[in-house]
Amino acid sequence: MDTLLLSRIQFGANISFHILFPTITIALGWVLLFFKLRFNKTGDQKWMDAYMFWVKIFALSFAMGVVSGITMSFQFGTNWPGFMETVGNVAGPLLAYEIMTAFFLEAVFLGIMLFGASRVKNWVHTLATFLVAFGTTMSTFWIIVLNSWMHTPQGYEVIDGVVHATNWMEIIFNPSMPYRFVHMMLASGLTVAFLIAGISALRMLWGDRGEAVKSTLRFGIITGAVLIPLQILAGDMHGLNTLEYQPAKVAAMEGNWETQSNVPLVLFAVPNQETRSNDFEISIPNGASMILTHKADGVVPGLNDFVGEDGEILHPRVAPVFYAFRIMIGTGVAMLLLSWGGAFLLRRYGAGDMPKLPLLAFTAMSFSGWIATLAGWYTTEIGRQPWLVQGVLTTKDAVSDVPASMVLSTLIGYLAVYAVLIVAYIGVITYLARKATKGEPFSNRRYPRRGEVNIATLQPGE
Amino acid sequence: MDLFGDPAVWLPWTFAALMGLSILIYVVLDGFDLGVGLLMPLANDDEKDRLVASIGPFWDANETWLVLAVGLLLVAFPPAHGAILTALYLPVFVMLIGLILRGVSFEMRAKAPLSQKAAWNGAFFAGSLLASLSQGFMLGMYIMGLTWTLPHVGFAVLTAVFLTVGYSFIGAAWLIWKTDGDLQQHAVRWAKGGIWGLILGIGAISLATPFVSFRIFEKWFSWPEIGYLSPLPILSMALVGYLWWKLRRLPFVDDRWAWTPFAAATGLFVLAYGGLAYSFYPYVVPEQITIYDAASAPESLMIILVGTLFVLPAIAGYTVLSYFIFRGKATELRYD
Ligand code: HDD
Ligand code: HEM
Ligand code: HEM
Repeated sequence: MDTLLLSRIQFGANISFHILFPTITIALGWVLLFFKLRFNKTGDQKWMDAYMFWVKIFALSFAMGVVSGITMSFQFGTNWPGFMETVGNVAGPLLAYEIMTAFFLEAVFLGIMLFGASRVKNWVHTLATFLVAFGTTMSTFWIIVLNSWMHTPQGYEVIDGVVHATNWMEIIFNPSMPYRFVHMMLASGLTVAFLIAGISALRMLWGDRGEAVKSTLRFGIITGAVLIPLQILAGDMHGLNTLEYQPAKVAAMEGNWETQSNVPLVLFAVPNQETRSNDFEISIPNGASMILTHKADGVVPGLNDFVGEDGEILHPRVAPVFYAFRIMIGTGVAMLLLSWGGAFLLRRYGAGDMPKLPLLAFTAMSFSGWIATLAGWYTTEIGRQPWLVQGVLTTKDAVSDVPASMVLSTLIGYLAVYAVLIVAYIGVITYLARKATKGEPFSNRRYPRRGEVNIATLQPGE
Repeated sequence: MDLFGDPAVWLPWTFAALMGLSILIYVVLDGFDLGVGLLMPLANDDEKDRLVASIGPFWDANETWLVLAVGLLLVAFPPAHGAILTALYLPVFVMLIGLILRGVSFEMRAKAPLSQKAAWNGAFFAGSLLASLSQGFMLGMYIMGLTWTLPHVGFAVLTAVFLTVGYSFIGAAWLIWKTDGDLQQHAVRWAKGGIWGLILGIGAISLATPFVSFRIFEKWFSWPEIGYLSPLPILSMALVGYLWWKLRRLPFVDDRWAWTPFAAATGLFVLAYGGLAYSFYPYVVPEQITIYDAASAPESLMIILVGTLFVLPAIAGYTVLSYFIFRGKATELRYD
């Protein structure tokens, strides 16, 4: 394998590992703030128990997010020097703003959020929790701006082969950014909703009937049920936007070879790039035309439009995009069915008497958000190939000239470490759930509420 | 915008200064974190928890300075960023694996089942060691001009060892400040054992640097430049003498002066770093690319600079706030 392919695999592996943890921390930060505010308002201990359980998982995920993120910030230089040399004038400021406005905010207030509860006033602690959640959202915003700009670049000019920024508003508010940002935030919300529902269900299966676990199960199911329709809507709008700006990607997502009207919605197929057609196709007539143009005879772009005169292929490899897209949609549909079914059962039985089968189903779906998120990103990123920055820079022009053997050996090193860490991460979450089920107290500190005298926080000698 | 003359001159300079500052802050702050990690095997089981507690609220923000430093290199000097990081591909990889192990085992050792704790402690130490060694190695390679020849690698191996010992020294100095009782006394002992790393490290780099390039030699040993440089070795020697003297007497009753070894160690790092910066300026890739050749377009730098002027004071402010909130001796880390 050559350096280019290995670098792509290495980058893909590193970013896939990284994205798993921000996907959890982005929304979990807000969820923790919600638990904290509920507690401040009601004084009900169950919210503090919920907070204390999930803050541990937050801390762990955050650490994983930080260390894998540091790897990411070196990847540009080690593997894609051409990227910064060509589009550094745009990418640089965006990354700089991310670091300065988001990373420091998170990192500093994280310390106060995690370990400062007994050292600062309650409102300062709540504020720190807010700032951490806000910071992670800002990180998402900036990195999504950069990523979206790479998909739909505008507001720049090219001088001597180097991109120069001309209009920052256009760069930041590029056409695909709002869709991608909303879709990603919702993805994070769904990932966390199903994680919370799943782990709570697991604890109930193990016999935990505490108030905290019932509340978090309810919280997870309802949040999931509310967010998933929004996500499907946002996804549909995102797809329409992609159709406008990156038709080759949509053609690959749909598995559509010829530009034509009345295009069917392909449910399953084996795309065959040799014969340039689909094998074993199962499809719904006119479906794709309906979804993408809202007309049965709407015209949908096909892959054959993206083949150069000399036979050079200018569209992405079809199979990975095609399958990744279906995995995402499939997971989304499963989420819809399960969360609405779960919401119905909640009304019928209440969280405490939820039957065993749905509890098992939620447990099985604990990490479904990860699958959908990764599949979605694979659709987006592989679908952009052969471009790194659509229409501006191809991936092969950005790669570094380090020897393939070096990329391969470091790739193996990363993969080995990541495999161990993923196993350890999931293992620790289940271990914490097991411990919580046994009823070990999370805290023996009594939390004063707003208005009460805060005696506990006055340490002797301070 | 011609307030300071040609923006193609002062902007790269400003960014080089900003980048240099964040590397320096990183080396001092994560230096003490990594140093505390390096000391783990020397501590007994109870002490291990306190070692970790002493850096718990800080390590994440400390590491962010590295992200900022790399970020500034990347945004302000893109060609240099590519050249340096591809030349240092392997040590960067080792450092990243080290930082990953360190950060993750930090959390894991407290949350995983008790039976795994020893293993995660080991990973915490191993991660700190890998990160320190590779940073020292990269420093050496950088000084040698980023070319992989046997003597250069040999020199880099030396700097790797020295920087690692230097980090464990500043880590011990931090512990003298942040702990008390037996642990503090141990930390004093560790600091005494580590100070030679710092001295040899600074000495080796000072000896080697002028002989790598004639340009630097000129800069050091010609009149009147030698006059600008002379405060650095004199002050460094004074600080080393002070540390030597103080460490023999610590700890004092009432914990007076417990903070001074850390302050002096920081001073030493600053001086050594100042010497390096002085020698290599205006090059960002030694003897190949100057900061002026490598700089991004002035408009892009300008837009970052404006933001920086607002954001950096805020970052400094809440960093100070956090150190203030967690002032005093390190206690057990608790989420409640
Ligand atoms: C929990 C996660 C999740 C779920 C349930 C869905 N998605 Fe998604 N999807 C993502 C998580 C995600 C993502 C990881 O966040 C992506 C990758 C890039 C992006 O902005 O969002 C994405 C990308 C993405 C794209 C590609 C955008 C592009 O071309 O750049 C489309 C068209 C959709 N989604 C559409 C959908 C539809 C119609 C869904 C309905 C079932 C759906 N997604 C469910
Ligand atoms: C938002 C920030 C992101 C940026 C700036 C970014 C940038 C890049 C770059 C530079 C490459 C390498 C060149 C290439 O092969 O195209 C790439 C490829 C890739 N990225 Fe992203 N990416 C981002 C997010 C993600 C996420 C979150 C994922 C998945 C979880 C992802 C998955 C991939 C994959 C799988 C490839 C390899 C595609 C291929 O080679 O066919 N990316 N992206
Ligand atoms: C190539 C692209 C990327 C780079 C270079 C990158 C870099 C980083 C770095 C260095 C950190 C650690 C910050 C700290 O020290 O606190 C981080 C954390 C984070 N990243 Fe990324 N990242 C990338 C892609 C993404 C993507 C695609 C997302 C989400 C859509 C994302 C969201 C976050 C968030 C929310 C955090 C903070 C929370 C956490 O650490 O868990 N990043 N990233």
